[in-house]
Amino acid sequence: MKAFTYERAKSPSDAAAIIARTPDAKFLAGGTNLLDLMKLQIEAPSHLVDLQDLALDRIERTREGGLKIGALVSNTALASNARVRRDYGVLARAIAAGASGQLRNKATIAGNLLQRTRCPYFYDTNQACNKIRPGSGCAAIGGYSRQLGVIGVSAACIATYPGDMAVALRLLDARIETVNPEGQYRTIPIADFHRLWGDTPHIETNLQRGELITAVILPRPLGGQHFYHKVRDRASYAFALVSVAAVIRKDGSGRVAFGGVAPKPWRVEAAEDLMPQGAHAVAARTFADARPTHDNQFKLALAERILAGVMAEAKAE
Amino acid sequence: MKFDTPAGVNPIDQLKVVGRATSRIEGKYKTTGTAPYAYEHQEIVPAPAYGFVVGSAIAKGRIAHMDIVDAKAAPGVIAVLTTLDYPTPLPLGWLNFAHLFGGAQIAHYHQAIALVIAETFEQARAAAAVMRTEYVRAPGKFDLAREAASAPLAPNTDKTRPPVETVGNFESAFAAAPVTIDQTYTTPDESHAMMEPHASIAAWDGDKLTVWGSLQNLFLGKLSLATALSIPPDKVHIHSPYIGGGFGGKLFIRADVVLAALGAKAIGRPVKVALPRPFVINNTTHRPATIQRVRLGATPDGKLTAISHSSICGNQPGGSSETAVDQTKLLYAAPNRETYMKLAVLDLPEGNAMRAPGEAAGMMALEIAMDELAEALGMDPVALRILNDTQVDPQNPERAFSERHLVECLRVGSERFGWSKRNPRPGQVREGRWLIGMGMAAGFRNSFLVKAGARVRLDKNGRLTVETNMTDVGTGSYTILAQTAAEMMGVGLDDVTVILGDSDLPVVGCGSGGQLGANSSTSGLYAACVKLREAVAGRLGFDPAEATFADGKVSVGNRSVPLAQAVATEPLVAEDSIEGGVLDKTYQQSTFASHFAEVAVDIYTGETRMRRMLAVCDAGRIINPKAARSQIIGAMTMGVGAALMEELAVDKRFGFFVNHDLASYEVPVQGDIPEQEVIFLDHPDDKSSPMKAKGVGELGLCGVGAAVANAVYNATGVRVRDYPITLDKYLEKLPQVA
Repeated sequence: MKAFTYERAKSPSDAAAIIARTPDAKFLAGGTNLLDLMKLQIEAPSHLVDLQDLALDRIERTREGGLKIGALVSNTALASNARVRRDYGVLARAIAAGASGQLRNKATIAGNLLQRTRCPYFYDTNQACNKIRPGSGCAAIGGYSRQLGVIGVSAACIATYPGDMAVALRLLDARIETVNPEGQYRTIPIADFHRLWGDTPHIETNLQRGELITAVILPRPLGGQHFYHKVRDRASYAFALVSVAAVIRKDGSGRVAFGGVAPKPWRVEAAEDLMPQGAHAVAARTFADARPTHDNQFKLALAERILAGVMAEAKAE
Repeated sequence: MKFDTPAGVNPIDQLKVVGRATSRIEGKYKTTGTAPYAYEHQEIVPAPAYGFVVGSAIAKGRIAHMDIVDAKAAPGVIAVLTTLDYPTPLPLGWLNFAHLFGGAQIAHYHQAIALVIAETFEQARAAAAVMRTEYVRAPGKFDLAREAASAPLAPNTDKTRPPVETVGNFESAFAAAPVTIDQTYTTPDESHAMMEPHASIAAWDGDKLTVWGSLQNLFLGKLSLATALSIPPDKVHIHSPYIGGGFGGKLFIRADVVLAALGAKAIGRPVKVALPRPFVINNTTHRPATIQRVRLGATPDGKLTAISHSSICGNQPGGSSETAVDQTKLLYAAPNRETYMKLAVLDLPEGNAMRAPGEAAGMMALEIAMDELAEALGMDPVALRILNDTQVDPQNPERAFSERHLVECLRVGSERFGWSKRNPRPGQVREGRWLIGMGMAAGFRNSFLVKAGARVRLDKNGRLTVETNMTDVGTGSYTILAQTAAEMMGVGLDDVTVILGDSDLPVVGCGSGGQLGANSSTSGLYAACVKLREAVAGRLGFDPAEATFADGKVSVGNRSVPLAQAVATEPLVAEDSIEGGVLDKTYQQSTFASHFAEVAVDIYTGETRMRRMLAVCDAGRIINPKAARSQIIGAMTMGVGAALMEELAVDKRFGFFVNHDLASYEVPVQGDIPEQEVIFLDHPDDKSSPMKAKGVGELGLCGVGAAVANAVYNATGVRVRDYPITLDKYLEKLPQVA
């Protein structure tokens, strides 16, 4: 771990301004991902701006009938919020499917959106990785890629966004509220928040330098039945091979998003129109442009089968 | 004490303390955080420097240049030792195959190439990150499947026997057999994944080295460290009182202890070194992968006529084999037999002992093959195993097993588990979205007595102190030794203090390894206690052969004297060792089990969930049923890992284990483990030792993987022969659902 300096920001725009003017500075929220990466020298910030004094830990109703979730609301607090459990079950379930109780106590909604990939080559600083050293190559391509992406990947990077919560947020069409160093606020639709890797896999989101997430805004509840089915090699405390977030209405219509398959939560709205035709039609459309490796092509069949299971449960209830 | 005739009735048979379920006496220290582990002896070594090991970034080749200027100048850095500072590699310790340090040649990924020593751990780690090393890569061999065809025969485990061991004529018997199975099975490289990584503190006093380490065998640890450092063994003193798991990975010295010693010498100050988790996987040892072929021939009524088992694995040059065929020499009767191993040279990290080396992997193959044979015969798998039981060594029929109750294990297990409810046709039982299946396997692991010593002291206050260099890797050594001393001397468990993990104490040759430690170390203590009883009786004027020791008193007839009276003026100390070596040649000594498992497989997603597990064990007298049960359920958990998820993934281009942390090398979590039931049969073995006990710690693993695999087959109808049985290997063969 490189030695670093540390300060606690006094306001959101103050935090943003510090980051904007300080080279190699990073925001620190729950630290569950950043601190691990610093110990491994994968992240090596020179300065940390701790956000814990910012009053961004509230969950409020919006005028539109949705929810505004402060950036520092912990995963535990969010998943156990009565309104979230009642109206946004898919979100509560996605959060509970991730990490461990201890990590969820510390992890924040904003930090979780920025969670970095779990590609094993990214985690070994001896290996070529375009995320860590742009232009150095990608050791994962041609290597052990069982966990890695099957769609939306590029010739520069085949990593995935590994988290669960964001898959549910994508399904719900959440918007990300941010503030920039000048104190200006904007909201970003979650569909536009994470980037596909393309030639620049080291740039993972469309946040500008210094731009700080202040809240996540959920639209009005969708109704329908909520599902989050995460499949992994053990029963808990593991990243998804594939996960499925779905909301299904009585008539069989609904929404579906997939985790563990792409650089971002993977949702193809056009495929949702095919839901009444069954899982095969939806999966075929969703993954029409898939580029799996030998190691991970099973994810395509798995995604379809998980969705089939979810649809069968929806029908049975 | 020589142990060369079967044990008669002795004080252990009273079973007032031995044989009782007893909580671990050191448990309170571990659960309250007051048991110091290797890295935590700050009360003894208050101001050590911190060493951080740098590992090779390539798997094969040599170092061309190392630039340590920036590292040396980094904040807090005291010294940087590089492998080039030691032009000749350090001599290898016991069962080390790849050099731990020294020289420019690189034999495997993350081989230690430098130690950065600083005032704090963080400073050492940060400085290590600014070292620059240039390598010249050489082509390496990393793919076992590719090397398998050209791999030469490996030596037999029993070096007095030929590499290909045969009885009768396997080939002709197999060709003539009406029912045959011929299948290939693979097991992957596995990591010990113990909680505590390898860690050491080293301090020099002149030419004497003291180490606080995490080592399972202090006798061999001391000799190995002396060899590596080229100093006399009597200059090495190792303390290893508490060990956070080892599973064989800490039987051998590793880079942490060698580099801590070199570093401490270099800076004239104690140095502590812990290996980061990726180093546990790529710097230390692992269970090597195997490719096994099993051929079984049987008559239509299920009598085995031919058994062949071969196994291929790879290792560093000079390395050993995973002895996966050994149990097949002893488990089932058949007149025609063949076993052999092949060993390829690989440039992966060193393969070495991991819990039940040989049998753990071998049973995973053999016991699927038996399941396949049962199906081919249309026979129940339990019945098939019972039919082919043997009470003698099949290769040497005049040699009987000392005790063998495999059939009882199978019958009791079958009854208790409700095996008769299993549908022999696979893929037929469904509950909602779950496919349900049951599977079973036999369990087998050898057990013998290793020379072991102990010292026991009776103090004026009547307290006993037991001392040996035995270790407790979380198994219960402290407790069973206290039970043994209490039983022998007729006192309570609370009257006994046990001191272990000090290399200057009487030697238990096996340490904690090979499931030999419990039987051997308690037998050594038995011998010492026999001597102490003689000394006590002598002081009190009793005939030692007549005296009984019970309830804190020594008695003959009506005369009874408090034990403490023998030491009213002066304490007594007795030391002895036990030495076998005859009865384990006259008799084959082994432990047996039956393992049963029920699984549910999600018909949509292929996720497998364990529903129930049962082990029935025949392992002689069980000294402490509570600790033994813990051993078995822990081993069953490891078996579930081996069956369903554990695999070190090899990057065959660059030659390293890619998933080298506990987030990506998945072992079972609570949610993966169902109700586990353990039954011990009570068959003391008078030929095993005066304790009449055997080992259990490895038995609990041997066969579990196959029982789970057979259950998955019974649930799904899809036979997977490549472990671990992850859903990607059978998903497409599950029923259509979309």
